[in-house]
Amino acid sequence: MLEVVLRRLFVMPFLLLGIVTATFILAQFTKGNPLVSIIGAKALTNPEVVAAAKKRWGLDRSIPERYVIYVKNLARGDLGVSFRTKQPVLADLAQRLPATLELVICAMIVGAASGLLLGVISAQFHDRAADHAARFIALLGSCLPIYWLGLLVLFLFTVQLPWLPGPGRLDLRAEQIEPVTGFMLVDTLLVDSWNAFVDAALHLVLPALVLGWSVTGIVSRMVRASLLDVMKQDFITMARAKGASATRVLVHHALRNALIPALTILGFTFAYLITGSVLVEAIFSWPGIGSYAVEAARALDYPAITGVTIIGGLGFLIANLLTDIAYAAADPRMRGAAA
Amino acid sequence: MKIGDMTAIPEPLLEVRDLRIAIPGRQGEHLAVANIGFTVASGEILGLVGESGSGKSLSMLAVMGLLPAGMRASGSIRFKGQEILGLPERQMRRLRGGRIAMIFQDPMTALNPVLTLGAQIVETIELHNPSLSSRELRNRAIELMELVAIPAPDKRFDQYPHEFSGGMRQRIVIAIAVANDPDLLIADEPTTALDVTIQAQIVDILNRLRREKGVAIALITHDLGLVAGLADRIAILYAGRIAECGEIGAVFQRPRHPYTAGLLAAVPSIDADVARLYAIRGTPPSLADRPPGCQFNPRCPFALPRCAEYNPEFRRFGETVVACHRAEELNLASDTADAR
Amino acid sequence: MTVAASLKSKSIWPGITLRWSSATLIFALFVIISFIVIAVTIPLWSPYDPVGMAGRRLQPPSALHWCGTDALGRDVLTRALWGTRYSLPIAVFVLGVAVPVGVLLGTAAGFFGGIIDNAVMRLADVTLAFPPVLLAMAIAASLGPGLVNTAVALIIVWWPIYARLMRAQVLNVKKLDHVDAAVIAGAGRFRILFKHIMPLCWSPILVNTTMDVGLVILLASGLSFIGLGAQPPAPEWGQMVAEGASNFYSWWIALAPGMAIFLISISSNFLGDALRDVLDPQVKLPA
Repeated sequence: MLEVVLRRLFVMPFLLLGIVTATFILAQFTKGNPLVSIIGAKALTNPEVVAAAKKRWGLDRSIPERYVIYVKNLARGDLGVSFRTKQPVLADLAQRLPATLELVICAMIVGAASGLLLGVISAQFHDRAADHAARFIALLGSCLPIYWLGLLVLFLFTVQLPWLPGPGRLDLRAEQIEPVTGFMLVDTLLVDSWNAFVDAALHLVLPALVLGWSVTGIVSRMVRASLLDVMKQDFITMARAKGASATRVLVHHALRNALIPALTILGFTFAYLITGSVLVEAIFSWPGIGSYAVEAARALDYPAITGVTIIGGLGFLIANLLTDIAYAAADPRMRGAAA
Repeated sequence: MKIGDMTAIPEPLLEVRDLRIAIPGRQGEHLAVANIGFTVASGEILGLVGESGSGKSLSMLAVMGLLPAGMRASGSIRFKGQEILGLPERQMRRLRGGRIAMIFQDPMTALNPVLTLGAQIVETIELHNPSLSSRELRNRAIELMELVAIPAPDKRFDQYPHEFSGGMRQRIVIAIAVANDPDLLIADEPTTALDVTIQAQIVDILNRLRREKGVAIALITHDLGLVAGLADRIAILYAGRIAECGEIGAVFQRPRHPYTAGLLAAVPSIDADVARLYAIRGTPPSLADRPPGCQFNPRCPFALPRCAEYNPEFRRFGETVVACHRAEELNLASDTADAR
Repeated sequence: MTVAASLKSKSIWPGITLRWSSATLIFALFVIISFIVIAVTIPLWSPYDPVGMAGRRLQPPSALHWCGTDALGRDVLTRALWGTRYSLPIAVFVLGVAVPVGVLLGTAAGFFGGIIDNAVMRLADVTLAFPPVLLAMAIAASLGPGLVNTAVALIIVWWPIYARLMRAQVLNVKKLDHVDAAVIAGAGRFRILFKHIMPLCWSPILVNTTMDVGLVILLASGLSFIGLGAQPPAPEWGQMVAEGASNFYSWWIALAPGMAIFLISISSNFLGDALRDVLDPQVKLPA
């Protein structure tokens, strides 16, 4: 186990450098003139303003020089300054990260729980109607364009049937909560505002369900396949031969084994959730990294885009690392391998 | 005459009669077990011998009530006089692992890889004795590990299956099987997956269990040597039917079914100076395409026209029953030797 | 337990299985063929001009405008039909480049090993280290918004998946006995590659490609939705949903294009499933 994790840790810096290099190279291809977004199209005719802006943003250096500066800055945690918000990108991201994490974590719970449930139903009723129904429900989630689905449920459940609050994280008319952790569900409780907590939770329902549903299929397919595989094993018959009930066999013996391979897709699921969160945040006006990325991309704010991409890549690497650790911890055979 | 009637013992521990097991196929159902009956008396070891597909494992799974989904069993399975075929799942669970236990063929796959061995032994005790404390459960499990000669059981208790060798794992499988002092132990090829030296140790353990605990064993195997060393009686299965069933010495000395004779002749013997090994010609029939009449007739060197016409009745010779049209006339011990 | 294991516990109603899988296949073929036919023939029978006024603004669905009109008075159904001319070609183009490139590089990596393998796989690792949408966004943003640049971005994101898949396939097949037999028989390297290895590697590639048609269309339209792909007034589906989002209470604007994306993406999944059943390649875990 230690070996696997160490190997992962060892290649991480190289992958990170690769990521950084890739984003830097990409930035050099930028066709749109970033100066437009800094000083506005009218000022482009004014050479003094242009020169000052270029100097300020380091655009007048040679490319290798800029690369070195860039990597050095990154190593210090300096992702540059956003052209658009005029704020350090890292500060922007730090401010918006909790919103995205809150959404992604809730969606991960939704996706994992629904995927597990549907996967178990599928495997238990293998090739029967319930199996097909469960697989179809899971497939719908991954085939419906998430931003369209978001739009539809928003219209349906806030306008047609006004059960849930509209976009955003909190009711705009309500008293705003001073961010402490940035996690609305935590912050509202920190100030002892139960109403605000309920409000925040209700705001999370639609985006988390929509986003979570998009990964249900990945999880349920994996659970189904691995459960079907485990259920054929001798130790399952053996457990029944001991006199264990079907439920006990499923939970105590089959699922415990089937979930180990299913764990491996959690990292992969994370990539999907990031993808989805970009689109879902755009629909639900969720002030997270995803909507930040969209705004940055539209404004050709490349320090911001690069920053988001690097953070996304880093997040993905961490997710994969955690997956490996979870996998190794869950399987005694892996634990034994380290001994 | 039905085969269940053969046994003179008044109330056998296990009595299987007219057992049929149907497997759903693409074109309707096939009978994997076409008509099997046998008895196991208390404390007795019965060897069930047959090729793969002869229905021996399925019959025993039917006794456990663990047939794979979709398969249907009919007939009668009586355990201690009680009909258990079709018994409600709740009552069946009390028998399984309690009164009737099973030893699996492959110790490498029969244990759950993510649970400790101790937990797996404890599970079976706890399922049948829910009132025991965890301390008592642990002690009982360690006693069982001692019974099957696991060294340092206290330490081994918290280990996982992958840390054990095949032979050690099979001892754990046996320990689990005998955890609740069952009356009947079904052993499905308990030594097939093991090295020869380990096989001997396992046979030893089985013998001791019978002696010390008086447990009856239904030993499923295709290894005639194992049966000869362990069993009191033998039932030979061919294509889902009983070919011959009787006391072990009698059957070995004077086989009355040509298939039995063929099996015995196919065992290489050090005494017999033969240039080449004997093999029964042909292959067993497929379930979907059974021959008419006696299932063995296409391969039988003694087949007559009527063998392909109708199924032979059971014939009784002392304690032995045989399903062969020519059982009375053939003297197989010498005839098979001639056939060589 | 060999008997039990060999027995697939088939359903009580085997008929349902058959009907379900053939129903999905027929549905998928119907959708895909009609979309292709629409894409090819729409200029001949287009009900309205896809980019011109067709009636009053923001009309809900009616007999004249089955899916209503948008904020500029354009007929939504017409635009959705024309949308096939964006999404289908983009899927064909992206996969038409990414799959051969990935397959070629993956084959080279798996077959030759060594430095080629290392170079290709490290490049793939770095590419796959990004969540795809972020990389695609970064690429599309730096190349500038537009459909072609979106396609280029998606190709860059997509090839490593096929490189990995193909490499794994080649490595698996390389281990098979018949390849050893060919080596012993003195067959040349390329003969072994083309005659003995590659023919056995196709099925997962084919299945994956079919399923990815839907994914490419989903992601490409997603990028258009956030303003990086097709630009207005192009009747591209993602872009149309974005128009629907900015006219939130006119729910019908987004309905047809979203439905179209959904239909094509679920059809590609159904078709991929059917292909998998026919070709039966090993089920691969997502890498």
